[in-house]
Amino acid sequence: MTLSELIKGGAFLLGPVDEKDVFTPEEFDDIHLMVKKTCADFVNNKVLPKVDEIETMAEGVAVALLREAGGLGLLSSDIPEEYGGDEADKITTMIITEAMIASGSFAASFGAHTGIGTLPIVFFGSEAQKNKYLPALATGEKVAAYALTEPEAGSDALNSKSKAVLSADGKYYILNGVKQFITNAAWADVIVTYAKIDGEKFTAFIVDADSEGITLDPEEKKMGIKGSSTRSIIFENVHVPVENMLWKEGKGHQVAFNILNIGRFKLGAACVGGGKRSIELSTDYALQRVQFNQPIAQFNIIKNKIAEMALKTYAMESLVYRIGGMIDEKLAEIKAGGAESSQIVEAIQEYAIECSIAKVYCSEALDNIVDEAVQIHGGYGYSQDYAVERAYRDSRINRIFEGTNEVNRMLIPGTLMRKALKGEVPFMEAVFGLAEELKKLKEVEAPTGCPAKEEFLLAKMKKLFLLAAGNAAQKFNEALVQEQEILCRLADMAMEIFAVESALLRAKKILAARGEAEARLPMMMAQCLANDMIPKMDAWAGEIIAGTLAGEAAAKVFGGLKLLTRYTPINTYTLKREIADACYAGKKYFLERR
Amino acid sequence: MKTFVCIKYVPDTSEAEVKVNAAGDGVDSSRFSFDINDADNYAVEESVLIKEARGGSVTVVSIGPKESEVMIRMALAKGCDDAIRIEDRRIAAHDPLLVAKVLAAAIRGGGEFDLVLTGCMAADDGQMATGVALAEELGVAHAAMVKKVEVLDGKVKAYRELEGGLMEVVEIKLPAVLTIQTGINEPRYAPIRGIREAQKKELRVAGLDDLGVDAGAVDAGASGIVLEKLYIPEVVSKAEVIEGEPEEKAAKLAAILVKGGLV
Ligand SMILES: Cc1cc2nc3c(=O)[nH]c(=O)nc-3n(C[C@H](O)[C@H](O)[C@H](O)COP(=O)(O)OP(=O)(O)OC[C@H]3O[C@@H](n4cnc5c(N)ncnc54)[C@H](O)[C@@H]3O)c2cc1C
Repeated sequence: MTLSELIKGGAFLLGPVDEKDVFTPEEFDDIHLMVKKTCADFVNNKVLPKVDEIETMAEGVAVALLREAGGLGLLSSDIPEEYGGDEADKITTMIITEAMIASGSFAASFGAHTGIGTLPIVFFGSEAQKNKYLPALATGEKVAAYALTEPEAGSDALNSKSKAVLSADGKYYILNGVKQFITNAAWADVIVTYAKIDGEKFTAFIVDADSEGITLDPEEKKMGIKGSSTRSIIFENVHVPVENMLWKEGKGHQVAFNILNIGRFKLGAACVGGGKRSIELSTDYALQRVQFNQPIAQFNIIKNKIAEMALKTYAMESLVYRIGGMIDEKLAEIKAGGAESSQIVEAIQEYAIECSIAKVYCSEALDNIVDEAVQIHGGYGYSQDYAVERAYRDSRINRIFEGTNEVNRMLIPGTLMRKALKGEVPFMEAVFGLAEELKKLKEVEAPTGCPAKEEFLLAKMKKLFLLAAGNAAQKFNEALVQEQEILCRLADMAMEIFAVESALLRAKKILAARGEAEARLPMMMAQCLANDMIPKMDAWAGEIIAGTLAGEAAAKVFGGLKLLTRYTPINTYTLKREIADACYAGKKYFLERR
Repeated sequence: MKTFVCIKYVPDTSEAEVKVNAAGDGVDSSRFSFDINDADNYAVEESVLIKEARGGSVTVVSIGPKESEVMIRMALAKGCDDAIRIEDRRIAAHDPLLVAKVLAAAIRGGGEFDLVLTGCMAADDGQMATGVALAEELGVAHAAMVKKVEVLDGKVKAYRELEGGLMEVVEIKLPAVLTIQTGINEPRYAPIRGIREAQKKELRVAGLDDLGVDAGAVDAGASGIVLEKLYIPEVVSKAEVIEGEPEEKAAKLAAILVKGGLV
């Protein structure tokens, strides 16, 4: 059986996963390590020295850097070789994305170009469109932007007011509309955008930015990523040749939603890079800053903060590369069958739940990390003289774009329920089996050793998810979509399970492959994450059950909840102090090998 | 032009505090990332520039562990053509004269050569001797600390950086060995395409027996140097607080400075 048959998207919630079936960063091959090195060279020597110029949007700097990245092939890891690209696996793409975040602004320009800007053409373009546009996008000779959002169509992207009407001679679509918050607007040569043909059929188009009738509003005055260009684009009777219609008439939503989906796990990878950088900046500062006659690094509460940063970074890294591995596996399988590029997108869609988890979990973990990074810097963290000030501002956007975290949260249980209805995952079967399992659980003695204890806890948390989700699904049926509070809490539970599981599976894999000494710290981190998960899950599940049931029915389910969340907390203080010390030793996230 | 470039896999000591291993004869390498020695990176770039200008081929030679293959392939990704990695526990790696013997055997095994480039100094042991000793082993001329190279027909013009910013220009008949100074060029980064092509280039692994080197000639027994121990000197700092009225303090301070021969 192949991996993707074994691991369907969302199936991790329903039963145990074997560590052999997850990809971990410890398995990077030589190509991955070499690409990582090239990225580090490029970022350290080319991007970082230019950060101040990037932030003030100095003329030509960002575009020149994009072109330099293009020369190294860093813009084209998703573009097939026949169109001038350097197509690689998704792990490679994630390694590149992770590196670019050293400048949040440049990462945004880079991401809009290589991701949402270029990928619609890669996956949905015709042969002629790919030949015409991709080679120049691969090198950065041309820069791409992606214009979906409109003043009245944000999260509700399909509520587009832009219109396309076929010209009398049938040669052009005449485009009218306003697009809001478009990254790379100032320097884009190619704009992928959407409009409704005849005001009805939502359709994607490739528009050359020098077409007549395109104007730009001034730059948005943003909170962060100030060195990226964000402007409104106004289309006024823009003549778009009919051959520039992208994909199919009236099928713009297929392009739009699939592309965002891919953007989501990449955004997760970017956040991993952000977490690592914050640890470097914060450990370096904490070791130098002396108060009360000692480096603040040695205060236990500072150690606790550093350890939390490491835990979150470890969880993020473990989960995003796990997803990258799942997608690569699936792609290898369908490409072997000679799949069309649009089928490739559908294959990635299989992991929509995991992609949304990556987006939400990582953007919130990073926001938390940069917040504590500022805190460790004290007043200096509030000063623009220190890099954490910028990191703090730059991080906030990640929770808003590529689908807000609310929209993505709702997608997580929503997609699971849809897959259940279609019979793709045995969700209801698992729910129905629950009563029996809970009965059995009463007799089971909880294991105490590591990682047996953590595995046991994780298995129980999956049951807790099923308990909460199952009852909510049965109570509300289709009306569950209205119960957004429940949906978002279910998403929180699913994310926590996926993150802790990824962390634990990775530690187990390190243990099996490299032995106890190397697995020691990863295992400690998995222990802390598993321990800290229980009270959160307890509260969330309790909230959902109280919001779903009342009276005796509720009491019965709360009994199940108590059984599942029973555990003896471990002393995480000692573990976290040691994790912090490991960060101090190399002034970095210690699993990172440069 | 047939060029060889010799590179070394060294720990990045800027990253973490250096600690000596339990045996006291090396650094605790678990704490570091390893990568190409800085000067060698410039030597690789110079070899590729020469190849691009004059044609020919570049072979990478390195003595190092399996893990160093990523570093070697990185040189291949930047344009070098093939590589030999030498691994043999018997080599007395702390003795530059013996290291040069091993490198020379690998280079001679590759047939005729025009030019051998090395970095001028290794960041870990700082001997600055390997390249020069290698020239001696190969029986060819050399120039050390080279900051600029012009390849002419049958000879090279090497610009050597001396103390005080002085430059010395020498003309050397080929074949020759040049030890390359950092800053001679701007090392390129390996493009993804090159990285992928590098996986297909030949990387031969050889031990002393494969090179036809008698182990007894290059092992610890053959070395005139015994590595006794490595240690981190204790930092001794002494602060003395001078007490008293301003005039008294000044007098005391002056006395200390005079006594210490500082004024
Ligand atoms: C710096 C920056 C760069 C950007 N770059 C691009 C780009 O390159 N291309 C592009 O097309 N767009 C871009 N955007 C737009 C971005 O994708 C949108 O801002 C985002 O999708 C949210 O839309 P909105 O701002 O209209 O918010 P709204 O949709 O109005 O959302 C406001 C709030 O309501 C919540 N909400 C909305 N709908 C629901 C619902 N059904 N249920 C519950 N809560 C809901 C949201 O979660 C949010 O909290 C960019 C935005 C910024 C700020």
